[in-house]
Amino acid sequence: MSTLGRQATVEPATARPAPTAAGSWRSARLRSLIAWELRKLRAQKRTYLGLGLAILPPAVFVIFWNLHQGPHRAQNVFAREITRTGLAMPVLMLLFESFLLLPIIAALVAGDIFAAEDGNGTLKTILTRSAQRGQIFSAKAITALLYTIAAVYLASAVATAAGVASWGFNSVKTLSGTFVSAPRALLLIVAADACYLIPLLALAAIGLMLSVATRNSAAAVLATVAAPIVLLIVGQIPGLEGTHPYLLTEQFQAWQGLMRTPTDWGPVAHSAWVCALYGLPALAIAYLTFLRRDVAGG
Amino acid sequence: MSPDALSMAGAPQRDFDPQLVPVCARGLTKRYSEVLAVDRLDLTVPPGAVFGFLGPNGAGKTTTLRMLLGLIMPSAGSALLFGRDPIREGARALAGVAGFVEAPRFYPYLSGRRNLEMMAALDGNTSARARIDELLELVALSGAAKQRVGGYSHGMGQRLGIAAALLREPRLLILDEPTTGLDPGGIRDMRELILRLSAEGITILLSSHQLSEVQEICREVAIIRRGRIVYTGAIAQLHGGPDRAYRLQTSDNARAAELIGAQGAAQLLESEDGELRISATQAQVGELSLALGSAGIALYLLAPLQATLEDLFFSLTEDDDDARPALSIGGAGADQGRVGL
Repeated sequence: MSTLGRQATVEPATARPAPTAAGSWRSARLRSLIAWELRKLRAQKRTYLGLGLAILPPAVFVIFWNLHQGPHRAQNVFAREITRTGLAMPVLMLLFESFLLLPIIAALVAGDIFAAEDGNGTLKTILTRSAQRGQIFSAKAITALLYTIAAVYLASAVATAAGVASWGFNSVKTLSGTFVSAPRALLLIVAADACYLIPLLALAAIGLMLSVATRNSAAAVLATVAAPIVLLIVGQIPGLEGTHPYLLTEQFQAWQGLMRTPTDWGPVAHSAWVCALYGLPALAIAYLTFLRRDVAGG
Repeated sequence: MSPDALSMAGAPQRDFDPQLVPVCARGLTKRYSEVLAVDRLDLTVPPGAVFGFLGPNGAGKTTTLRMLLGLIMPSAGSALLFGRDPIREGARALAGVAGFVEAPRFYPYLSGRRNLEMMAALDGNTSARARIDELLELVALSGAAKQRVGGYSHGMGQRLGIAAALLREPRLLILDEPTTGLDPGGIRDMRELILRLSAEGITILLSSHQLSEVQEICREVAIIRRGRIVYTGAIAQLHGGPDRAYRLQTSDNARAAELIGAQGAAQLLESEDGELRISATQAQVGELSLALGSAGIALYLLAPLQATLEDLFFSLTEDDDDARPALSIGGAGADQGRVGL
C-alpha cells in the first residue's frame, strides 16, 4: 500500500481513548499544546525583548551604583538599605518596575498571543486540526500567564543575584523598622513577587481579552499598556478618591503588606478580590469570544 | 435569463448514509449585515469524488468552505461532514477531514518540519516523526525542512499545506484554490498529486475560480454565483448531455423543417441565416440524416453546436445583462436544467 492510502487502515488522527482515560488524555493534550505555545514563544524576538526589559534595570542599577560610589540620599527604606544587604535590591526593583515596566512586559505577550494568530492567518490553520477551541484558548492563556510569572521571577532573581553579589546576603530592615533574617527575607521576596503577580495577571487577562477582541497585536498590546496608565491618571483626579481602593493600579502596592512586621494581610486579601473583579470577567469574555468568533480572515 | 432561474436546485440529491457522505450542506446561509455572502446553499459531495466547487472570485466559495470547516458560524442551515456538524461538535467533527481555505498559513518563525510537528501535536499525534519525513519527501520539501517557513516561496507554502493536510490521513480533503500562485510546473505537480490522492480513495472538494483546473480534474461540479448554487452535477452533463444542439444546412431547409416536425424525434429550435438549429440525441441525428436522404433533401451540414464549458460557465456566473440567449441542453422532462449560452 502506498504511503497515501493509509487512511483506510489506521485510526483517525483524532481517535480518542476510553472515557475512563479521557481526563488524563485531555490533560496530556493540554500540556502538549502549552509546550508548543512555549516553543513558539521561544522562537519569537519579542519574548526576549520582554525578558531583557525585565532583567536590564536591576543589572544596570547595580552596575551604575557600584561605579558611582558617592553618598546616596535615598528616601525609601530599601534604597537606604541597598549597600547593607543585597536582598534590598529585588524589593527596590519591584517598587520601581511594578507600575509600568512589568505591565509592559506582561502586555507584550498577553496582547499578542491571540492577535498574532489573526495577523499571521494561522488561526484557521490551528482551528482546523483536532484540538477544540477551548483547549487552544486554555493553552494560550496559560502560556501568557506563565510568561508573566516567569518575567517577574526572572527580574527578581537577577536583582537578587546582582544585589547579593555586590552587597552580601544579610538581614533586611522591613517597612516597620524591624529586621528579618536573610533566609526569611528571601522567602518574603518570593511571596511579595507572588502577591504582586495577582494584579499583574489580572492585567494580563485584560490583555488576553483585548488580543481576542481586537485581532490586532499592536492595538491590543498598546491598549493593555495604556490601561494602568489611565488608571494612574484616574487615581490623581480630585474627587475620585473613593475609587482608589478599587483601582487595579492601587493593587500593585499590596505586596508591601508582606514587608511589615507583623505581616499586614489586609491589602493582600483586598487586592485578591479586587483583581478577581478585573481579571475573571476579562478572561471569561476572552474565552466566550474566542469560542464563538468567526475566523474570516487570513 | 437569470442564472437563478437556471438553477439545478430542483435536481434530486442522491441519498447516502449520512456517516458516509463527506459533505452534506442544506440551506447553508451566511449574512454579513446587508451582504448575503451565501444564500440557502445545498451541496452534497459523494464519497470518492473529486468534486469541483466552481465560481468567480467573491461568489461565496471560501465563505462556504469556512462554514463547512466550522471556522465561521452559518446564519442559517447546516453542514455535515461525514454526518457530523463542525459548528456544534467543534474539532471532533473534523475527524478524517483536512485541507485549507485560501492560502495555507504557517508560523513564519518556525521551520517547515517544526510547523508540521506542531500540527501533529494539535491532532494529538505524538508519533508523527516518520510520517512527517514521508510527507516532506512527497511534497518535495525535504531539503527545506529545516528552513524557516518565512523564507518559503508561495509554491513551497502550498506544498507544505498539502503535507499538513495529509498528516491527518484524511478521508476528505478540502482544497481552496490550491494552484493559485504556482508556476506551470507547480500546477502540473499539484494536479497530479490531487489525482493520485483521489486514486487512493480520498474524497476531494476542490474550490477554484479556474475552469480549466476543474475541468481537468473533476467529474462533478457545483457552480456558485452570488452565494447561490446555479448548477450541480456532472461536468459532462453540463457540457452536453444526451441531447445536444446541432446546426443543420440542407438543400431545402423549409422541407427539412417540416420533416423534423413530422418525425417528432429531434426538436427544432430555430431557423436563421439559411440554417436550422435542432436539439437531438446522437441516435436521432442518425435517423434524421437517413430521413433527409430518403426525402431527397441534400445534406450540406449537420454538426454539433459547440458550447464550450467556458461559455457555459460564464453564462452561469456572469450578470444577467451579460447573459446570451438561452439554449436548452437538457431533454424534456429530464433532471437537467437550462443554461444560458
